[in-house]
Amino acid sequence: MSETFQEQRSYIEMNARQRARQLLDPGTFHELLGPFDRVESVWLPKQDIVPQSDDGCVVAKGTIDGEPAVVIAMEGKFQGGSIGEVVGMKMAMAFHLARKDNEKGIPTRAVLSLESGGVRLQEANIGELVIAEIYSELVALRKHMPVVVVIAGNTGCFGGMSLAAGLSSYVIMTRQARLSMNGPEVIEQEAGLEEIVASDKPFVWSMCGGAQRYETGAADVLVEDDADEITNAVKELFRKGQPKVQRTDQYELYIKRIAAMDTSKQWMPEDIRKVWKEIAQ
Amino acid sequence: MSECKTAKRGRAWFEALTGKDGKMPDGPGSLMVAEAALGNEPAIFVGLAPDPNSRFPRARNAEVGLEEGFYGTRALRQVMAEDADKPVKRPIISVVDSICQAYGRREELVGIHIAAAAIIAAFAEARMAGHPVIALIVGRAVSGSFLTLCAQANHMIAFDDPEVLIHAMYQDAAARITKRTVEELNKLAEEIVPMAYDIRSFNKLGGLYRLMQVANPDAPCPQTLAEVKDALIQAIADARQSSRDDLFDRLETEGAKTYRAQSIKVRDMMIEQWNQA
Repeated sequence: MSETFQEQRSYIEMNARQRARQLLDPGTFHELLGPFDRVESVWLPKQDIVPQSDDGCVVAKGTIDGEPAVVIAMEGKFQGGSIGEVVGMKMAMAFHLARKDNEKGIPTRAVLSLESGGVRLQEANIGELVIAEIYSELVALRKHMPVVVVIAGNTGCFGGMSLAAGLSSYVIMTRQARLSMNGPEVIEQEAGLEEIVASDKPFVWSMCGGAQRYETGAADVLVEDDADEITNAVKELFRKGQPKVQRTDQYELYIKRIAAMDTSKQWMPEDIRKVWKEIAQ
Repeated sequence: MSECKTAKRGRAWFEALTGKDGKMPDGPGSLMVAEAALGNEPAIFVGLAPDPNSRFPRARNAEVGLEEGFYGTRALRQVMAEDADKPVKRPIISVVDSICQAYGRREELVGIHIAAAAIIAAFAEARMAGHPVIALIVGRAVSGSFLTLCAQANHMIAFDDPEVLIHAMYQDAAARITKRTVEELNKLAEEIVPMAYDIRSFNKLGGLYRLMQVANPDAPCPQTLAEVKDALIQAIADARQSSRDDLFDRLETEGAKTYRAQSIKVRDMMIEQWNQA
């Protein structure tokens, strides 16, 4: 009976370490700069905030579908999945080293599991510098090998890491996840209620949730919150290889689409779906 | 540091450096792109300026919005395509005075994160293709403006001036989010250098190529303009000499040794453990 009954396991309920283990082939997980290395933020203790021994990011080498791989998994529960110096540098170096291996002829894959509210304000400008280094390495790596982003959990993906998702080759999302540059609270604060009512959760999700992002091409795969389904989706994307065109090279399509939109009135999520369907290339 | 969220210098410096208004035939009014002589070669200048008539109401004050991102990307990609087979690629100068990214519903519905990523990829790939990319920060470069318009450059030059601001977030918003008062943030910034709002503190982190004294940063005069051009020419020459294809030279600076010691430690340990794994 145990052989036929397959229980669906939630990816969202896993912590970053479990997620990295999940995405790698069984038995291949090898963590880099793990908790026992104790490389922590030096800036948080100065502000009476308890640091975490992995700074909210797990980097692990292993294999995916038998091929060399690195998984970078953010922990949304630590400091809102914010990008500080250590987490950011771990990510930048993971991309860098994967890229160097690709250049040496070792075809190394990279998966980024994101849960991020953006830059860590307690490390503000170092965070900005590190994020730029992440982007540079991501762009260099994706020339050799697709970079796959998974956005699954309730923290969502905002700020600097939303741009990393934009730079990636493929984005996998659940319906629970959100992907947006500016968070709804910040937009309401900066731009007013006529833009967004941040407390209107159904509207927020209809605007930047996984289903809408998938319908409008900002996400490539929409998955259930099922660890094995997500793992298989990652494998499938690597089997598929490079996208026909990188999302960041679709600027002509986006220019056509936004030129067709009437900016004299406010928009609803379905307006975007309609125009995106009408202007598909 | 002024908290005033206006960008008034970008157009003045763009026009002084190029002698042109940079208006593109079918681009947004905020985007300036022009070729102009710099030293003994042609260079491409790009910049943003306020456009009170922008179709996008949330992008009228020199924010990085959808049109700025996508049309800016088109302009950069065109330059790269024109130079693809040339042994010497034209330098690209990003003249930066942009208050931040555009905050709005339309922006998020379309996916401003893609517009921002597109122009970041264009700057990064231009640099990797051998175009010297230099950011000249004459005013605001906050949050998305810093990440999109400055940070992928080989070298960043900023004016040493209280109106020049590079930061993750304006102080009023940062205070709300971290649940602190502006006074508390100012007190913290005295000890926590990466949280400070003045450009001299930013410069301590080692990310800038040069912090430049300028006589009149609001209105370029001939003497200052000549000094700025010399600084750009020097930065271009340095970029061409380097064989790097990454941004990690920012970790080799004296500032980084002091303030980014943990970055350096992570870099070194990651290399070591990667090779053992």
